[in-house]
Amino acid sequence: MGPLQITGTARLLLGLATGIAFGFILQKGQALKYQKILDALRLRDFTIWKLMFTAIGVGMIGIHLMNAAGLATLQIKPTILSANLLGSLIFGVGFALLGFCPGTCVGAAGEGNLDGLASGVVGLLIGAGLYAEVYPYLLPDFLKVGALGKITLPQLLGLGVWPTIMLVSALLALAVWYLDTVDRGALAVEPKKTGLTAPSRA
Amino acid sequence: MAWLKQKEWPWWQAGLLLGLLNMFAFFTANYYLSTSTTFSRAAGMIVSLFSPEHVAANAYYQAHMPIVDWQFMLVIGIFIGAWLSAKLSGSFRLSLVPTLFASRFGPGAAKRWGIGLLGGVLLGFGARMADGCTSGHSLSGAAQLAVSGWLATAGFFVAGIATALVVYGRRNY
Repeated sequence: MGPLQITGTARLLLGLATGIAFGFILQKGQALKYQKILDALRLRDFTIWKLMFTAIGVGMIGIHLMNAAGLATLQIKPTILSANLLGSLIFGVGFALLGFCPGTCVGAAGEGNLDGLASGVVGLLIGAGLYAEVYPYLLPDFLKVGALGKITLPQLLGLGVWPTIMLVSALLALAVWYLDTVDRGALAVEPKKTGLTAPSRA
Repeated sequence: MAWLKQKEWPWWQAGLLLGLLNMFAFFTANYYLSTSTTFSRAAGMIVSLFSPEHVAANAYYQAHMPIVDWQFMLVIGIFIGAWLSAKLSGSFRLSLVPTLFASRFGPGAAKRWGIGLLGGVLLGFGARMADGCTSGHSLSGAAQLAVSGWLATAGFFVAGIATALVVYGRRNY
């Protein structure tokens, strides 16, 4: 058997339900907070890094197990060095200026942040619309620079899929462990900085 | 139920659940957690109101038709899910300007919305050029061990960190 074949309205409702769970988890995980996202990018608070690395690790193992069992089909996006690199760098600048990524911007709006809606969602629509206008001009040249097809890390490294998964899992676990010790260290220093001990004498 | 009303879940719980949700998406929809194509589709719908011929002739909209699909509904769901979660824990607050932004640049909404709008435009443009965002490339692409996913994730964070440090520095506000 393969993945389920759900079509029509049922598929749309399934998308809605999956999205509700997505937004719910992001909100509970503090991932929609401007402060948390900016502090992740300012390397002050690694909560979002740890959350993302955990999600990637669990997804990686789970999706590949399901793929091996015939329950999921991998869907690899092609690598185009020019577009992946330039696009992701432009994205990163926008990410820090807005303080949200596309998904968290919609979620932040749901949490009550009107700036997520007014500037974020509107900006995203304009930016995506602009890209559609530019795309025909990029298609003949730019988007062919470094087009390497649907390549994966195991292919790039010349390793098997499972050895790569073990390697990446180990690196992710190490990163999460290290970032967690950094966060705990920062937490231990924080009360002194904010002067929580002072008022009792006044 | 108490769990659903909690103000926050630890990062490992939320991370674990996001990974499981992605597996659920692969199995039930033969698709993955991702959001940014929806903004192209929605932009196409809006442009169609003024000039349907223009949209029909555009190569990008031909490849990303202005229709409502699974992912479009997912994005609407994110809004509802975040609202529901915030309501259940009593943390829903209407706000115009984030506190951190206000302590750096002042409380004026115009400045925040202007900078946010510029950020949003770059985010939308960059996501479509990179062929995905922090969901499609990072949560889903990296998990599938796609080279494109790891490259784009590196780009998102290198530029994001550099910009955030230029705008705010590392100091406490």
